[in-house]
Amino acid sequence: MSTHSDRTGKAQKGGGLYARRADIFPRAVDGFYRRLKWAIMGVTLAIYYITPWLRWDRGPYAPDQAVLVDLANRRFYFFSIEIWPHEFYYVAGLLVMAGVGLFLLTSTVGRAWCGYACPQTVWTDLYLHIERFIDGDRNAQLRLKKAPLGPKKIFKRVTKHAAFLIVAVLTGGAWVFYFADAPTLARDLVAGDAATVAYLTIGVLTFTTYWLGGWMREQVCIYMCPWPRIQSAMLDERSLIVTYKDWRGEPRSRGTKRQSDDPVGDCIDCNACVAVCPTGIDIREGPQIGCITCALCIDACDEMMSKVDRPRGLIDYATLEDCDAERKGAAPVPVRRTIFRSRTFLYFGLWAAVGLGMLFMLGQRTRLDLSVGQERNPLYVQLSGGEVRNAYTVKIRNMETRPRPVRVSIEGLPGAVMWDSLGSDDSAAAALEIEVGPDQVERRRIYVRAPRQGEAPAEFRFRLTSLDGMPAEDIDSVRFDRPGEN
Amino acid sequence: MSTDHEDKQIDAATGTEFKGHEWDGIQELNTPLPRWWLWTFYATIIFAIGYCIAYPAIPLLDRATAGVLNWSSRGQLEKDVAAAEAERASVTEELARIPIERLDPESPLMRAAIAGGAAAFRVNCVQCHGSGAAGSKGYPNLNDDEWLWGGDLSAIHYTIAHGIRQPGDEDTRMSLMPAFGRDGMLSSEEIEDVVSYVRVISHQEQPSQSAQRGATIFANNCAACHGANGTGSRAFGAPNLTDPIWLYGGDRATLNETVTNSRRGMMPAWDGRLDPVTIKMLAAYVHSLGGGEQSANVGDPVTSPDAPVAGETEAE
Ligand code: SF4
Ligand code: SF4
Repeated sequence: MSTHSDRTGKAQKGGGLYARRADIFPRAVDGFYRRLKWAIMGVTLAIYYITPWLRWDRGPYAPDQAVLVDLANRRFYFFSIEIWPHEFYYVAGLLVMAGVGLFLLTSTVGRAWCGYACPQTVWTDLYLHIERFIDGDRNAQLRLKKAPLGPKKIFKRVTKHAAFLIVAVLTGGAWVFYFADAPTLARDLVAGDAATVAYLTIGVLTFTTYWLGGWMREQVCIYMCPWPRIQSAMLDERSLIVTYKDWRGEPRSRGTKRQSDDPVGDCIDCNACVAVCPTGIDIREGPQIGCITCALCIDACDEMMSKVDRPRGLIDYATLEDCDAERKGAAPVPVRRTIFRSRTFLYFGLWAAVGLGMLFMLGQRTRLDLSVGQERNPLYVQLSGGEVRNAYTVKIRNMETRPRPVRVSIEGLPGAVMWDSLGSDDSAAAALEIEVGPDQVERRRIYVRAPRQGEAPAEFRFRLTSLDGMPAEDIDSVRFDRPGEN
Repeated sequence: MSTDHEDKQIDAATGTEFKGHEWDGIQELNTPLPRWWLWTFYATIIFAIGYCIAYPAIPLLDRATAGVLNWSSRGQLEKDVAAAEAERASVTEELARIPIERLDPESPLMRAAIAGGAAAFRVNCVQCHGSGAAGSKGYPNLNDDEWLWGGDLSAIHYTIAHGIRQPGDEDTRMSLMPAFGRDGMLSSEEIEDVVSYVRVISHQEQPSQSAQRGATIFANNCAACHGANGTGSRAFGAPNLTDPIWLYGGDRATLNETVTNSRRGMMPAWDGRLDPVTIKMLAAYVHSLGGGEQSANVGDPVTSPDAPVAGETEAE
């Protein structure tokens, strides 16, 4: 609520139904959280830009890019893990983990994702630094804004937006490397013969990066993003949020007033916390949706408190519960008590269980898979020799990146022989040997002929065995139908 | 929160004007929307207008506006079809060149032919042979191993190309079983006897006196085409009478009807109606249904060396 008051109350003076964005010129700040933000920014950007260039040797039949989303062949490569479309449940598992992870993170450290790791935050932060580098810090930016349009201002504006655009192009350009062999694609991109969709993707991402990071900034967090709405429902009175300790800071006082005998709080009303806030809010008005808990106001206020020789932490990470306790005079609660509690343990347990479950399944999964479906049109065929024939569609998935010879055999159907649509009745045998290409699905129509014994459908099994010395098998149960009384 | 009920009332905490209504003590603030929101809205309107001009959009009485880009879903389809055909051109050319009996059963070309044949079958053949090619009374089951005229690729190809008893096609498959009853060649008792005999050799009835009499009648009238043992002859398209497969049915009444009036099933000659490549594809598909036989003169051997693993199924 008060976000709106702050952001839009000012604009209200202009009147009308629609409010202009009030420009924000966050001041540079240094401190623990700022350095943490630098570190996380460095790591996330490094991961984003470097990942597609990592190599991973998978032999001659698979790409050697460590992380590759191969849409054309519907494969996803992640280091030694290769995901096939039918294994999409791993992706579903990751989504579940992301969901529970969100619970975990939010109930523990509040909106830490928003403040540190969200791409919108990371890129906006990057853009703010570029802006400061070119235009100077807050005051210089304010002056420049007021200055009349002259050659210097034009030069600065052009330089700034050119720099923004370069970052945007690099951002969009890095994205496409996840979807194709990076070195090849890089060459093609430069030479101008990459796929149209690559250029299109780069174009779209360049635009969104420039627009969202260069222009929209905090408005994305406040008006567009659904995340804060969901998160505010997940916070409880024991989640860490950035809080101004009004019981300690109020009433505010400016330098001279502090000398008087009136009772005064620690807040010296220097506005440093407001000046550094990238979303332009005043944290002293209480918790609000515009706050991404980046903690830059903590750094700013701590600096001030040190200067006036007061204890740090007038603005601090705290839980609502601690706030109440501290207001009543209790000592601050150590952070670990907030972080390690039953609720976070529960979420962590769930999160880890899903993760371990997936790891276990990854370890267990066979890279050879058989699935058999019975042909139903017709269900069976009466043969001239008195036997009956059923047809099956047999799919053999070889998920290894090498060709594999396999044997398909039948169990539980006495006297049965088979052949596939490439062979014929004369080549019928008790088992078929098939070579399945690397990383491929071999689909064969297989005919099974058996003596006619009784009328009831019989259950039997197809067994798939690898013949290359690496033991692997799979079994699928199907039905054999026979004609009824004619 | 203030409880004053004036118009144009301002919320003290935010400095924002109230809308002027209240529910259960909750009042609505007249918070302005961000301006970019408005511009986004305008942009969607402009986009919609542009779209309506560029693409078919506005319904008129009997059609819709065409749009300046002249795009249509039908036009898109035609383009896609043309593209697909261009892609298939190489397969089509290969198939046109290679004689059917020279098709390598293991080759990708054969797979392409089978796939193409399956599609052509769905359009041209299902009306009689059924979608699974299982046929019905009078329409042969193409899945089984009984072939009146031969079941290798070239025999099937020939049958499809020239049809069965097709007037106007000199090369058509032709066999004419006499209508023994209608034409007075056999009496109804004799027909009953020969039916008994046929049901004995096809293991449907126990030997009887009637069947014994029928054996003689069979030898005199039927063996010329169906063979001395009744196993049929592909040269005449005469069915094997000793197996459990019947085109019209093996019960007494049906056999009686068959011998009395004869059967003259027909199949269109597809030469001229379908292009040669499609006919080849159809032959490949029908051959792949499970009953296909090896061509006598095929270049590559078809038999796969599976024999050494025989007996595996007895494991259980
Ligand atoms: S109020 Fe403080 S923590 Fe919240 S967004 Fe602003 S600077 Fe970051
Ligand atoms: S930075 Fe600290 S002292 Fe300065 S105005 Fe903000 S809360 Fe008060």
